[in-house]
Amino acid sequence: MPTDTSVAFVRTAEIPPSPPPASETGIVKWLRENLFSSWGNTILTLFSFWAIYVILTATVPWIVNGVWTTSSLAACREVLQGEVGACFSVLTERWNQLLYGFKYPVEEYWRPNLAFLLLFAAAAPVLFFDLPRKLLIFTALYPFIAYWLIWGGSIMIPIVALLGFVAGYFVFDRFGKQSFAQGFFGAIVAAFVVWWLGGFLIPDTEDTLLPAVPSRDLGGFMLNMMLGVTCVSLSLPLGIVLALGRQSKMPLIKGICVIFIEFIRGVPLITLLFVASVMLSYFFPPESTVDLFLRVVIMITMFSAAYIAEVIRGGLAALPKGQYEAADSLGLDYPQAMRLIILPQALKISIPGIVNVAVGLFKDTTLVSVISMFDLVGMIRGPILASTEWNGVYWELLSFAALLFFIVCYGISQYSQWLERRLATDHR
Amino acid sequence: MAEAAQMQVSDEVAITINNMNKWYGTFHVLRDIDLTVYRGERIVICGPSGSGKSTLIRCINALEEHQQGEIVVDGTLLSSDLKNIDTIRSEVGMCFQHFNLFPHLTILENCTLAPIWVRKIPKKEAEETAMHFLEKVKIPDQAGKYPGQLSGGQQQRVAIARSLCMKPRIMLFDEPTSALDPEMIKEVLDTMIELAEEGMTMLCVTHEMGFARQVANRVIFMDAGQIVEQNEPEAFFNNPQSDRTKLFLSQILGH
Ligand SMILES: Nc1ncnc2c1ncn2[C@@H]1O[C@H](COP(=O)(O)OP(=O)(O)O)[C@@H](O)[C@H]1O
Ligand SMILES: [Mg+2]
Repeated sequence: MPTDTSVAFVRTAEIPPSPPPASETGIVKWLRENLFSSWGNTILTLFSFWAIYVILTATVPWIVNGVWTTSSLAACREVLQGEVGACFSVLTERWNQLLYGFKYPVEEYWRPNLAFLLLFAAAAPVLFFDLPRKLLIFTALYPFIAYWLIWGGSIMIPIVALLGFVAGYFVFDRFGKQSFAQGFFGAIVAAFVVWWLGGFLIPDTEDTLLPAVPSRDLGGFMLNMMLGVTCVSLSLPLGIVLALGRQSKMPLIKGICVIFIEFIRGVPLITLLFVASVMLSYFFPPESTVDLFLRVVIMITMFSAAYIAEVIRGGLAALPKGQYEAADSLGLDYPQAMRLIILPQALKISIPGIVNVAVGLFKDTTLVSVISMFDLVGMIRGPILASTEWNGVYWELLSFAALLFFIVCYGISQYSQWLERRLATDHR
Repeated sequence: MAEAAQMQVSDEVAITINNMNKWYGTFHVLRDIDLTVYRGERIVICGPSGSGKSTLIRCINALEEHQQGEIVVDGTLLSSDLKNIDTIRSEVGMCFQHFNLFPHLTILENCTLAPIWVRKIPKKEAEETAMHFLEKVKIPDQAGKYPGQLSGGQQQRVAIARSLCMKPRIMLFDEPTSALDPEMIKEVLDTMIELAEEGMTMLCVTHEMGFARQVANRVIFMDAGQIVEQNEPEAFFNNPQSDRTKLFLSQILGH
């Protein structure tokens, strides 16, 4: 080691920043690093290009040559003269059936359309919580408006239903402060009293402002949307209650929740739907008007609530015990601690899981086709494919169904990613 | 600041613990605890890890249940009645080793949450109080940030401010500085000293012996779930009586 060099060093001139070498920037670098970085990678890249080419050459002409205006499959074949091409005419000709089912009166289509548009206004303040809170009033009224629009009949039915909830709310507000149980059961009793009394107000006439449409006349993608929206919005609160119940220190409540969750999760949804369509009529009085739609909603809601409850339980378990203790030590009571501290954090952790269940639920609404409800898939498999004109048009119809479901599910997924970014405050 | 130790201690009782026993399952964690805390007293509790210090102060605001004996806080008997528990908790502030701030709320919201929901104070007024206490702990400019954006020392000071916003009559501290880097310990201790000088009744579990000498008017040594020795700080440190105290002090002061 030379002895004349000193370890002391002082920099006198700054080194200015300079651009990276050309081989390290731009498209060439990107290609080299991402597609052709090794022999194996190059082979995979070339294979992928080949696969994409094969798929595109098969599908693009099929779509581009598509026929949109004929009135049967035979007519399509005539137009195509043996060329490759889709027969999209089935979509245009059966458009209404695909969307609304085959029994919903055509002159009333504006009603579900309007309900669909209002759905966006009702969902907005829930999904985007930066909007003014006052808009939630419309959200609360929406189920009653939508019911009246879609099913029609006497306007007194949704009004009485609404009054029952309002009465329940006031009773809970009045007595729930002293004792939660008192307020809770008082509210249920009050609601039922109002519904029972209100039952006498509902006229028996046939000619109402909006003609009544029975549940069995609902169908098409409208039915999937109705089931999806109703069941998602009901199963989330039920799932939260079940998850909290499962954590309860009271053995009875805990036991009920555990048995409910484990039982429902252990049974295939299709079984529950058969129970809804066949068995439940044994439990309800024979002349009861609990219709198939409601029974299916109950079953799908219970099913997905059990899954959501488990997802949320995971979120609750992930919270440090210190959060509960901090809330307790500040004097917050149980409902306050849950609502303000625990659930906002637990639900945030659970968003990906909840979205998973919601997307699955939405797609599972097509299962109602096996209990002979004519949802989108039910319409395709039943009336449309069975007709002489369109017998054999599988690809076009099923791709269309897939596209509709994809649009909704992709929307849900995009929303959840936005929500996660919006709620990210932990700065890890 | 030796005068801190001579600060007024009234003869009004803040906390009485009578013959209190607690078990975790079959493990007898607190044994025959007797303790009277007067208003304005600043008590430091020390002892080896696992001796039951945290458990003792967590019994005072009912984060842990005790099985025998009685605890009276501010004239309210701690029983299993939920009403009493909530009253006591809103009178007793607590700071934890790991701060336990609410990560989904801003600093200001952390401080105003309990006043608004428990004390039913209007939001505006709660925010003014919160800013007052945030100024006191010297971080008013962080009010709009989230806890994750603050350093450990700042977070602990926010936690103290959050407790103070409830205008508590008693403050409990469970090792408030043990999770902090050395350079942040001082800023938290300074806040606590200031609080002590204003006459707050304080129970601190801490191993900061400098802090104990400076502000405590009583030091309690616990071992194996029992109060082994208690005395004024000077006497406690200079002239410990029990062998276990001597051993403990030699371990923490020795190096
Ligand atoms: N929730 C609990 N369940 C069972 N044992 C516990 C629990 N919390 C603490 N302990 C035990 O009680 C003893 C006292 O704990 P703690 O009060 O935290 O001690 P310290 O704060 O003095 O270190 C320890 O032995 C600990 O293992
Ligand atoms: Mg401890």
